[in-house]
Amino acid sequence: MTATSENRNEAQMIASILAGGNTHEFHDLIQPYERSVYSMALSMLQNEADAEDAAQEAFLKAFRNLEKFRGEAKFSTWLISITLNEARSRLRRKKTAKTESLDELQEGGHVSPALLRDWREIPSEALERQEVRLLLQDAIGDLPLIYREVFVLRDMEDLSVNQSAEALGISVAAAKVRLHRARLMLQKRLAPQLKQVMPKRRWFPWF
Amino acid sequence: MVLECKHVWEHISGYLDGTLDAAVLEDVQKHLEHCEICSAILDSTRNILILTADERVFELPLGFSERLHARLEAEMRGPRGTGEEIGEEGDS
Repeated sequence: MTATSENRNEAQMIASILAGGNTHEFHDLIQPYERSVYSMALSMLQNEADAEDAAQEAFLKAFRNLEKFRGEAKFSTWLISITLNEARSRLRRKKTAKTESLDELQEGGHVSPALLRDWREIPSEALERQEVRLLLQDAIGDLPLIYREVFVLRDMEDLSVNQSAEALGISVAAAKVRLHRARLMLQKRLAPQLKQVMPKRRWFPWF
Repeated sequence: MVLECKHVWEHISGYLDGTLDAAVLEDVQKHLEHCEICSAILDSTRNILILTADERVFELPLGFSERLHARLEAEMRGPRGTGEEIGEEGDS
């Protein structure tokens, strides 16, 4: 979730919106983040209409609460937190989320991966890619919420582990543990499925 | 130090992110050189991350920005700062 490379002074923009009532500047402030906020909401909620509504609501809340933004974190991180909270509250309302706490999982327990020797390939054909996209979406959507959040931030939105931890309000160590578990859960579920999608192809090892 | 497979699995994510300590990295690499299963697990996990990254390129819904900014405009014409609860920052 990175603003465009143009030299934006977001602190100045925010001060201007708050002090001078230049509310139109808010449009410019959020413009670089529209895609990320929507994409994050979609990954969390798995539904385009809900994602758009949640994204709109997140931006509205950011506008209404702009004076609460202290500038201690980056504006983008603050926006991510608002979006996450919005998505979480919707998931809670729908009661569709798997919201196991870490306590309910075996602390220190291992997530075992799928033991497959022969899936080493990225699919290339369009039909395969579409099938893979759906498999990915389903698998990510079925991750327990605490794992889905960190996976979305780190591996879908391309935030660093540190930024992801900051946005989630957890330690970097906890973010790493959750991320590791999320990735292995996805490997365990997806590796056998993806092998089915691409059954008889030549292998292209990575090394 | 010779690592067993289950210990290597614990380092898969760190290996992919390049965050392992040099000593651990060396042990993991030694293991991967001779363990077909662990290197396949590493490859398949890496492939999933590559596929996930590929999905980042997508189009916003048609009219998304227009609808968003129209809703913001409507908000801006009303009173500002409702002080509503936006959730604790970092509340997880």
